Amino acid sequence: MQGTIAGRELLQPRSLGDAVKMLRDEGPLVPLAGCTDLYVALNFGTLRPTRFLNLWNLDALRGIETRGNALRIGALTTYTEIMKSAAIRRRLPMLAAAAREIGGVQIQNRGTIGGNVANASPAGDTLPVLLAADAVVVLRHAAGTRRVPMTSFYTGYRQSVARLDELIVGFEIPPVRGRQWFRKVGTRAAQAIAKIVVAGVWDTVRGEARPRLAMGSVAPTPLRLSQTERALGSGASLADAQQIVQREIAPIDDLRSTAEYRRQVAANLVGQFYGEARKR
Amino acid sequence: MKVTVNRKTVTVKAHPLTRLLDVLREECGLTGTKEGCGEGECGACTVLVDGEAVNSCLVPVAQVKGTRITTIEGLGGSHPLQRAFVEHGGAQCGICTPGMIMAATALGPRPSLDEIRTGLAGNLCRCTGYAAIYRSVQRATKR
Repeated sequence: MQGTIAGRELLQPRSLGDAVKMLRDEGPLVPLAGCTDLYVALNFGTLRPTRFLNLWNLDALRGIETRGNALRIGALTTYTEIMKSAAIRRRLPMLAAAAREIGGVQIQNRGTIGGNVANASPAGDTLPVLLAADAVVVLRHAAGTRRVPMTSFYTGYRQSVARLDELIVGFEIPPVRGRQWFRKVGTRAAQAIAKIVVAGVWDTVRGEARPRLAMGSVAPTPLRLSQTERALGSGASLADAQQIVQREIAPIDDLRSTAEYRRQVAANLVGQFYGEARKR
Repeated sequence: MKVTVNRKTVTVKAHPLTRLLDVLREECGLTGTKEGCGEGECGACTVLVDGEAVNSCLVPVAQVKGTRITTIEGLGGSHPLQRAFVEHGGAQCGICTPGMIMAATALGPRPSLDEIRTGLAGNLCRCTGYAAIYRSVQRATKR
């Protein structure tokens, strides 16, 4: 391990109330959930923050429930819990599909959906799902709660609207109508970070197509592809939609793939989405 | 803080951010758990926390307070999986073996080949080509 824990501090709140007070009074603190990203950075010697907040024991942040019309997923819900949840398999199968392709069993047992969103990697596997599902991020601070649509949560590479004194406590997902669709393109099914990850919903309202599509690993933030959606929804040809998606994304060359490959595969995935999700 | 390791209560004095892996190897002297990549890719450091497989290189010891941890030493040496790995060539160089066996213990009863492949997908082996490992797990879980 290249990094060291010497000089680093872990604060241990006993309740959610404790946690948000610590964020307000003793910050800046980095909240820790399953730690599957933290120790990678520590191991590489690239971990800069020195003060952390341990959320793992805050059971108030766990669990999946239906509240009113919305599906509510606590921030500390692990990928294993997501895969096993009957409510998620029924209402949001594309999220179960994403969870299944994250890491291996060991990562799925520890990694959490809140951590995935907070870590804010443009390659985060659940992020396109939350974008395509029109999810709302629930943020708690010492004086109250704020709800931010996932589509306006990220502001730049690893940047979000969440303030340092705010904690992601969960996600609210309205009923998702239509066929859900998820694909991850990586080097193998397990333990691979996405070259491209995509989630989509093909809804039809009174005979009119209302597709929703979001992609990760193709820009500084995960993207909701609104121009591509409009093209597909307004009956443009698939070829036109595929040209539009290639203009809408901003991929780069990195150690997992190249910009050129990602542009081509993004167009192919739009073709697959069109071919598979549109079916009745 | 107190934690139960292989059915014995242990008092841990380490810094709360110390990796569970380091506490097991250095404070508890249980060196059967191996460090491979140190970043959650290889599964060599797999142990069970309350029956669930985790990468002990990614877990701060503060997060296992009050839990039950099982390492390869906790299987006692003649566990059906340990015997099968010896008998059917599931172990070659041996570095992945403890993690592979611990991940296999977390599979449900009588797993299918598909379930074994998925359950062990987070464990890398550079010797066996996996076939002998899957065979060992199948033999052990069919007994």
